Amino acid sequence: MVRNILLVIVVFILSLTVFIFFNQEDNYNLKLEVLRHKYALKPIPSVKHSKLSALQRDFKTPQDVTEACLSCHTETHKEVMASSHWNWERVAYVEGRGISSVGKKNVMNNFCLGTNSNQKSCAKCHIGYGMTSSDFDFKNARNVDCMVCHDNSDEYLKGASMAGYPDRTVNLENVALSVGSPRKSNCGSCHFFSGGGNNVKHGDLESAMLSCSREVDVHMGSNGMNMECVACHTAQNHQMLGKLYSVSTDNTNRSTCEQCHTSTPHLSDVINRHGSKVSCQACHIPVYAKVNSTKMAWRWSEAGKLKDGKPFEEDDSLGNHKYMSIKGSFTWARNVKPDYVWFNGTADQYILGDTIKSVPVQMNTLHGSHNDRQSRIIPVKIHVGDQIYDKVYHQLVQPKLYGENEGDSAFWKDFNWNEAVAAGMKKSGLSYSGKYGFVKTEMYWPVNHMVSPKGGAVGCAECHTRNNGRLAKLTGFYLPGRDHNQMLDFVGLWMFILALVAVLGHASIRIFMNIARNKFEKQIINYDEDKPV
Amino acid sequence: MRKVYIYKRFERFWHWVQASLIIFLALTGFEVHGAYTIFGFQKAAEFHRTASWMLIGLIIFAIFWHLTTGEWRQYIPTTKQLKEQVIYYISGIFKGGHHPTEKTGLSKLNPLQRIVYLGFKLVLVPITIISGILYLLYKTFDQNNLIVIEDYPLASIAFWHTLGAIMLMIFLVVHVYMTTTGKTPTSNIKAMITGYEDLDEEQPVELSQIEKNPSKP
Repeated sequence: MVRNILLVIVVFILSLTVFIFFNQEDNYNLKLEVLRHKYALKPIPSVKHSKLSALQRDFKTPQDVTEACLSCHTETHKEVMASSHWNWERVAYVEGRGISSVGKKNVMNNFCLGTNSNQKSCAKCHIGYGMTSSDFDFKNARNVDCMVCHDNSDEYLKGASMAGYPDRTVNLENVALSVGSPRKSNCGSCHFFSGGGNNVKHGDLESAMLSCSREVDVHMGSNGMNMECVACHTAQNHQMLGKLYSVSTDNTNRSTCEQCHTSTPHLSDVINRHGSKVSCQACHIPVYAKVNSTKMAWRWSEAGKLKDGKPFEEDDSLGNHKYMSIKGSFTWARNVKPDYVWFNGTADQYILGDTIKSVPVQMNTLHGSHNDRQSRIIPVKIHVGDQIYDKVYHQLVQPKLYGENEGDSAFWKDFNWNEAVAAGMKKSGLSYSGKYGFVKTEMYWPVNHMVSPKGGAVGCAECHTRNNGRLAKLTGFYLPGRDHNQMLDFVGLWMFILALVAVLGHASIRIFMNIARNKFEKQIINYDEDKPV
Repeated sequence: MRKVYIYKRFERFWHWVQASLIIFLALTGFEVHGAYTIFGFQKAAEFHRTASWMLIGLIIFAIFWHLTTGEWRQYIPTTKQLKEQVIYYISGIFKGGHHPTEKTGLSKLNPLQRIVYLGFKLVLVPITIISGILYLLYKTFDQNNLIVIEDYPLASIAFWHTLGAIMLMIFLVVHVYMTTTGKTPTSNIKAMITGYEDLDEEQPVELSQIEKNPSKP
């Protein structure tokens, strides 16, 4: 009986040891537990806006709502009007440009090209009302759109090509009574649909994240922490933490993983040390566009084809636009492995009016290098395409795309590039030679979202491998497992083989000589023994 | 002939543990180097690190042992009979000759062994271990702290470490083979296991005599 109990105990301890040995990686990570606890507690708002008398009224215009907001939050418009969400530009020191203003007002991209002359359509994603041209009054507080960010009723919707005004179906009273802290759906109403459709631009931000699994996004997954965007992108005085380098330039005010996870989040010191050269995202976002496809290429040169004199669209099997007369042809992809680049937090954009320096034209340049101490390897989506440029002045040009009526010289109505560019450049205050062509472009989108649970992180051998590793394109530095000194390996291998051959040769001579000697000795002995008696 | 206690208990322990660690480090190390896949990069790197700390610990003990027992004197190099020893391995050994030097408990290494093992201990192992420690601690100090190792390129650290590893493998092959050149092919290995070896009491035979009369022991 006692022996049996002892046996059970011994077997139990042994199996426990074996279990612990094979489950080393699931060690308890206190840092993560503390974070989970912190973000499990959702804050309770101190004010319920539905109870406020100032909001219990009819609103004729959205500006009336803004005034009602300002009747209590009397100075908040100053904060909002100092933000890039409102100004569509940031003032920053840019290497090679000096102090300059960079933002949606003046940068070009290789999606819908640029905002100039198209404001009425683009302003769907401006936190204001009535931006119809570059003459918009950025000083008028009445035009601040509080609701697009603070609507908690999920009812608010900006109208298509309405210069930022809400759609006519929106019940302003309901929206005003519901306001609160921004939710995914608020941020997503612009950031999920930028570029003209869901997940077109980013690849790692899309409407599926409103309700996704932890496998898609470990932070926002509804069966996980179910965090809001503003949990990480906190805002002080309405200045959002975080920026995207399609429109940003300097290494300030960034939202980082480290702000919560610290720079030593792993239990393994070796992996923590990777952090000095490798960003968290590089390993923890193995693929992006996990649910819906994202646009990988956009060829404007093919735009303008008509069927029976009318524009048309073609879809692929997943329902993504393959071709649109107004925009050209596209390539889409899902579950995309990112590309990787060195990045130090500073960038430069192609600003309307810049001269083309190289082809493909770099719509934005992420600065960084392996020998720059500030640089880390980050995952990026590289969006390629071709777009219209001025053959004489060697500049990308801004065509007028959106227009209300035919004959407005808008490309989307008239399909005449020359007229569209002439109109767009005139509105932008720039000259156009009248000769256009199409030039290849590239744009770099840092991938920061769709973080996978830890089990899904990129394995060591996906980079530390001789051939076709994820970092195969990043050269100039020594990566263990990928790189080796070919000369040393060649000479070393041959020296090793020579040593083996020498040793085997020496051994065979010894054995041979030994056998020969033994025979000789035996013959002598035999001779003695065989003497005739 | 007499049985002599030639390899002490710690010495044997050190020798065999060091041998297995070096072989294991080579196995995992060349996988990290990208030469083949056995454990997978991650496991290979983890095992390599653990084994390297064990080897460093063992070598610290071995250095202490050499100094305190005075055994380090065994490795003082000498040129006396060095040439004869080399000639023996090149020709004498084939003719069934005897080692030109006498092996005793106080002087268990022949002049060639003295030089090779001293080189092993003072050049080969230090090159590999120092470059290995630099490799191990590379990027230990990030940009917020003092940067010590970062400015030295990893490519050259890796070069020296790989060079050391290749030389160690060549040493291993030759060393293992040379153990078979004792009185019998296995007598040296047996001695390194049990500690005891049968040694001659008579004086070593001069090389000139061997050449005149190869059959005489």
